[in-house]
Amino acid sequence: MQFLTLLMRNRLAAAGGIVLSLVVLLALVTPLLPLANPDVTDTANRFLMPGEQGHLLGTDHLGRDLLARLLHGTRLSLAVGFAAAFFAAFFGAAIGIVAGYFGGRTDNLIMRGVDVLMAFPYILLALAIVAALGPGLTNALIAVAAVNIPFFARNIRGVTVGLAHKEFVDAARLAGLGHTRIILTEILPNVIPVIVIAMSTTIGWMILETAGLSFLGLGSQPPQADLGSMLGEARGALITNPHTSIVPGAMILVIVMGINLLGDGVRDALDPRLRSGALTRPMPATRVDRQGLIPAPEQDGAVLNLRQLQTQFHVKDRIYRAVGGVDLKVAPGECLGVIGESGSGKSVTALSIMGLVASPPGVVTGGAVYYHQEDLVGAPYERLRSLRGDKVAYIFQDPLATLHPLYKVGDQLSEAIRVHHPVSRSEARARAIELLKQVRIPNAESRIDSYPHEMSGGMRQRVGIAMALANDPEVIIADEPTTALDVTVQAQILSLLDELRRERGLAIVFITHDFGVVAQLCDRVAVMYAGRIVETGPTRTVLNAPAHPYTARLIACVPELGEGRRRLEAIPGLPPAVDRLDPGCAFAPRCLKASEACRQGDIALEGPGARAVRCIHPEAELSEDVA
Amino acid sequence: MTGYILKRLLSAIPVLLGITVIVFLIMAMIPGDPALAILGAYATPENVAKINRDLGLDAPLVARYFIWLGNMLTGDFGTSFSLNRPVIDEVLDRFSATLLLAGTSFVLCSVLGIAAGVISAAKQYGWADKGITFAVLLGISIPSFFLGMMMILIFAVELRWFPVSGMKMAYGGGGFADVANHLIMPAFALSVVATGVVARLSRSAMLEVLRQDFVRTARAKGVREGRVVWGHALRAAMVSIIPVLGIQAGFVLSGAVYIEMVFQWPGVGRMLVDAILKRDILLVQGGVVFVAACYVLFNIAVDVAQSLLDPRIKT
Repeated sequence: MQFLTLLMRNRLAAAGGIVLSLVVLLALVTPLLPLANPDVTDTANRFLMPGEQGHLLGTDHLGRDLLARLLHGTRLSLAVGFAAAFFAAFFGAAIGIVAGYFGGRTDNLIMRGVDVLMAFPYILLALAIVAALGPGLTNALIAVAAVNIPFFARNIRGVTVGLAHKEFVDAARLAGLGHTRIILTEILPNVIPVIVIAMSTTIGWMILETAGLSFLGLGSQPPQADLGSMLGEARGALITNPHTSIVPGAMILVIVMGINLLGDGVRDALDPRLRSGALTRPMPATRVDRQGLIPAPEQDGAVLNLRQLQTQFHVKDRIYRAVGGVDLKVAPGECLGVIGESGSGKSVTALSIMGLVASPPGVVTGGAVYYHQEDLVGAPYERLRSLRGDKVAYIFQDPLATLHPLYKVGDQLSEAIRVHHPVSRSEARARAIELLKQVRIPNAESRIDSYPHEMSGGMRQRVGIAMALANDPEVIIADEPTTALDVTVQAQILSLLDELRRERGLAIVFITHDFGVVAQLCDRVAVMYAGRIVETGPTRTVLNAPAHPYTARLIACVPELGEGRRRLEAIPGLPPAVDRLDPGCAFAPRCLKASEACRQGDIALEGPGARAVRCIHPEAELSEDVA
Repeated sequence: MTGYILKRLLSAIPVLLGITVIVFLIMAMIPGDPALAILGAYATPENVAKINRDLGLDAPLVARYFIWLGNMLTGDFGTSFSLNRPVIDEVLDRFSATLLLAGTSFVLCSVLGIAAGVISAAKQYGWADKGITFAVLLGISIPSFFLGMMMILIFAVELRWFPVSGMKMAYGGGGFADVANHLIMPAFALSVVATGVVARLSRSAMLEVLRQDFVRTARAKGVREGRVVWGHALRAAMVSIIPVLGIQAGFVLSGAVYIEMVFQWPGVGRMLVDAILKRDILLVQGGVVFVAACYVLFNIAVDVAQSLLDPRIKT
């Protein structure tokens, strides 16, 4: 029922269905209509134009009434098409079920045969069969059905193989039922829906194919005529009397188009991926739709400064506030850690900076991102592109998915250089080798010609880092770059990043969920929860004296080496869904200290100097330097 | 790579043998005296004696198959009685014309189809996407033989841009310009359905790829959008487009039969239809086996192209 509603909501599919039903209805009632006899020739009235002498669509080369011939031809074409589909489905399903149910050698033998049949361009097989049996509508029907049998056999076999070892089939076997009984009572009922779907997608083809054979003169023989042979006979008079060709041709077009529209609608309604609209491609830059005032930049020499940044995901009529007003800044040579659970909005924050949030569904709805004093939110695409990878570079999490699988790593590195600097291929290649050496990839000269799948995870991540370093950027945004790696590799990568930052005065924004990593690398840390920053400050201060209950609980979750049997306390509950945030503190439902005041109004992020917390019951007094 | 090609060629042998078996079995379905059936209207006593000798028609079925197969392997496909010339000569002559037509259509459908699919995906829900989607629906619904006839009416009869049909090459005359002039309409008419199918598939393959992380990486590097779409994304999408091109080649080859009839193109399809109507069984048999074998080889070429394109395939 839901399927039908979905189908009808698709206007095109509905239109196709209606047209097709009308044609089928017309074909069914044709014998009852007051039509001229389609086979009576009247050579005195050849090639009458539509409307002449009571012939609504005119007459053909033998003076026969075209309307009558069209309707009878449609009837015949539909009948033959349906019959061919039925026989193809019947025999194909029988073969497929036998192959799938018995498996083993039977299966092997049958499927080899099917493979060979599918190796023919379909019409050759049909022509060979017609050649053997002789021209005629029945033989054309047999040929078209036979040609389509392999398609059904293969589909149905696949489904049957899946069913043949299900418990209910085993049970039937143990109960002593014969193979025929099991196939008819257990397998067949489960296979029939698949057969019906396969039939509905191929029936248009079958009508077209039988019409084609008739068109070639190999199908229906005079005086009987289906749409194909009407078109074939009219071909001789195409130039002098085109209406005799157009009438049957247009009917075939209408029928096939109706079937295709309906078929597409059926497929869309059945395929949940298409239904949810998930298959949309992201645009080159995130859509910007800013409401309200644009905050001014802070004047303190930060290279990157996020002010009240808001990014949302608009999915149908739901709005997910992934980033709900985030302030961050990072100075040259500084490393800022952004920490939070999955879904806290930290990655979306990172991607929002250079407009890389997938859009649709992402939209930047407020705030600003200042690179020096220049607002990047709403900057023209070309400006954004010229900064991407040149001044602000990214390192992503999973290097197997983030490197192009079909380009050599050297080419990917060279490209990163060449999009921003007009250097020759050989220069870029030399620079790429140098970069690979910098990130300590052994045998850089030969590794440069490897594909990503030929490298280990740690190696690929180094390539990702090398790519980020290619143009000596001012800022690197690292989005969980070590999460997919094992601990030793992780330590190497972190020290590499730390070194580069000190050598080159890089500013690093490091997104992670791992306090160990933050402690090792970051000067300052910002803790995110439900799309907002709940606490920020110098790393050591925050780690030693967390003020927000969430930070404290998060730190308590981290096991420490050599600490014996300290109890690890998981935080009960889950982070809230960001499409229906309640007013007040988002952590309140999971917080032990929550009071009535926590659930009302906006709680500000406040504190002295670099230290700030968004809590009215902080765990610790804030001071600028506790360490 | 050479090893891979050899391996694929070897694996084609059972398929090729299977094709001969199936064609042979279909022909064995012919009721009555096989010699009479094969000769049809040409069944003079001399011809019957000749064919019984050539094909060993008095021998048992299995023996007959091997005689036939052996003859084919030495290039002897028998003699067409309606044309009174060796089947293989006729098939080769006609197949070159079909190859020209189908080859041009195949290139057209690949280039146009992929381009339309990529544009459609990159401009998803825009006007270009809607226009292309509609054109594709029309293209895959219209029977190619009807489209060909309508094109003749419009472009040859009304506008007089192109000749109605035929091709001088078949009669030994006509230069490149003449061939091209005669080729444009049939090649286009033949390519329309396949173009639609390729465009549809390319669109969905591109939509799938454009959401991948490596596309985001390319954008994060500052790669121009044109190169992101036509370079990074299309390169990855080709991996799923190429196998469909292989399947479409079969459809183009099949559709060529209709188009050759409509445009009087002297190809192998028209030869087959004429041969069937004249009951020239040996010509049908030879033509079918030859074209099917070529198609199998073409699909091996597609597999090789795929392995060149995707380094992850073990060769």
